[in-house]
Amino acid sequence: MKLHEYQSKRLFARYGVPIPPGDVAGSPEEVRQIASRLGGRAVVKAQVLVGGRGKAGGIRVANDADEAERLAERILGMKIKGLPVDKVLIDQAVDIQQEIYLGIVLDRAARRPVMMASSEGGVEIEEVARTTPDKIAKVLVDPFLGLQDYQARNLAMSIGLARAHHRSFSKIARGLYDAYVSSDASLAEINPLVVTGDGQLLAVDGKMVLDDNALYRHPNLAEMRDLSEEAPAEREARKYGISYVKLDGEIGCMVNGAGLAMATMDIIKLAGGSPANFLDIGGGAKADKVAAALYIILSDPHVNAVLFNIFGGITRCDEVAKGILEALKGVPAGVPMVARLVGTNEVEGRALLAEAKMQTASSLFEAADLAIRAAAGM
Amino acid sequence: MSILVNKDTRLVVQGITGREGAFHTKQMIQYGTRVVAGVTPGKGGGWIEGVPVFDTVQEAVNARGANVSIIYVPARFAPDAILEAADAGVALIVCITEGIPVADMVRVQAYLDHKDTRLVGPNCPGVITPGEAKVGIMPGHIHRPGPVGVVSRSGTLTYEVVYALSERGIGQSTAVGIGGDPIIGTTFLDVLEVFEDDPDTDQVVPIGEIGGNDEERAAQFIADRMTKPVTAFVAGRTAPPGKRMGHAGAIIEGGTGTAAEKIAAFEEVGVRVANHPAEIPDLVAALI
Repeated sequence: MKLHEYQSKRLFARYGVPIPPGDVAGSPEEVRQIASRLGGRAVVKAQVLVGGRGKAGGIRVANDADEAERLAERILGMKIKGLPVDKVLIDQAVDIQQEIYLGIVLDRAARRPVMMASSEGGVEIEEVARTTPDKIAKVLVDPFLGLQDYQARNLAMSIGLARAHHRSFSKIARGLYDAYVSSDASLAEINPLVVTGDGQLLAVDGKMVLDDNALYRHPNLAEMRDLSEEAPAEREARKYGISYVKLDGEIGCMVNGAGLAMATMDIIKLAGGSPANFLDIGGGAKADKVAAALYIILSDPHVNAVLFNIFGGITRCDEVAKGILEALKGVPAGVPMVARLVGTNEVEGRALLAEAKMQTASSLFEAADLAIRAAAGM
Repeated sequence: MSILVNKDTRLVVQGITGREGAFHTKQMIQYGTRVVAGVTPGKGGGWIEGVPVFDTVQEAVNARGANVSIIYVPARFAPDAILEAADAGVALIVCITEGIPVADMVRVQAYLDHKDTRLVGPNCPGVITPGEAKVGIMPGHIHRPGPVGVVSRSGTLTYEVVYALSERGIGQSTAVGIGGDPIIGTTFLDVLEVFEDDPDTDQVVPIGEIGGNDEERAAQFIADRMTKPVTAFVAGRTAPPGKRMGHAGAIIEGGTGTAAEKIAAFEEVGVRVANHPAEIPDLVAALI
């Protein structure tokens, strides 16, 4: 689960990370009030859960409260990468002398958190990693000891930060680490962390991603979820314990198992089609779950055919076939469907579906081919 | 022969009185696995499927000589269960549980680094040595004994490949599901190392997917140390960046962890990579 910039920064501030004075608003009038309260120049920033807000015109500097209101009128209601802007953050403008990057993520290979700093703040860290990887300094953090002061100093030294700022940098690094650990985050990032004209360090932008599996122990954070983060179909799928990711193609897929679901998408592409979604229905494939999954797949108007790919293991193929047929009774299909059942009792399962006039296949490649032809009306 | 589990495996089932635990205990016993004990705190003294239930793993080890544990307990109690099994001294822990917070696994794994216990999983289907022992939730009957070692981050995709191999008359030495989480106890590299040293494994099939760089590190090991032929498959060529594809660990982050990178890493070191799962038996058969 992603947090908005204002949510992330407020959380960081609770752990001692200094942030610019500011507040969040949903209407131009509120923006005017906040800007005049802050006084002087202000930055109006769209709060959407995607990158590239600046390039899209979602971050603008206002010289006074009037201008802030006018900018907010334009930014609120605008769409950035398909996501509507419902809220803006108004921060006091900062006199920026230097921009650095500070972030913490999981290093999967080392199996522990890694804190990263770079002198190249204000650009995406992936971009820095691609172009000038030597400008990123890293320290692995022992989960039992936590971030040590010397590690923070080493980061500060490695990125060439002036010695005068080391103490406040270390305090911010420690605060960011504490925020990361206390929130069960998978990413906590300050980009940029700026050095101001009067020598202060300030977190001007913030980003946090939380571990969904740990939200049960953070009810206050779970409440911060912005539902516009997910497409409605993805939200619906989550309710049923189905993993669904919408793609751009025309062949809907329903598969049991995440790895097999990815392999199914891949083979549709290999056979010359394009997958409309990733969908893992999980174990069992009972009728009500199949029906829910089918509704979700068919809610995408681009879907021209549906491919079922089910491996029957402990759940037998004939049971799965019955589940599919039961589900189809309640769903007005409208598009052709192809089923490929393999594994335990596959012959019986396919016979059941064939009786119901559903196209069946024994190999995945054949099934993909049938679905692609069906989608093209052949 | 085989790796990790065999006829000498004496299994303790943690969470044996739960629905999943009880169901799979029955399945494992039917397959021929020696299930010697179960553990559910507070339920010691009872019996499930003819297996004595204890309150602690230590009791199960002391009384029944358990040397391998399998964990079916819910995510919030699973880290505790792993640590308990490690401290009780079992050699291998297989954790089936899905949904354990990553931060918990960071601490558990950092603790296990100083222990002799190997953890497989979490969020995995388990380990099976056909004809000897099934320690997991996979359908046992699709496997047959033979010379091919299988290692995979996935569940049903592994069954699919194993089924296709068995249909072609190609058996498996051991099939290891290492799990789909970002932090897992045993990686591809670890399993390849053990298969390389196993006299009864002639070739190995790793089945990878997007996310992390486990496959790349395995490729490096293959280049440096592996003498046995390897045929790989990587799922997720069409997966979009930044989206979790079912498994917590299956995500392209910061532009890395793509299927293309992993396939390139394998091919660079001479590993044949199948275009789709059904090609695997052909590629493997060509080397028998």
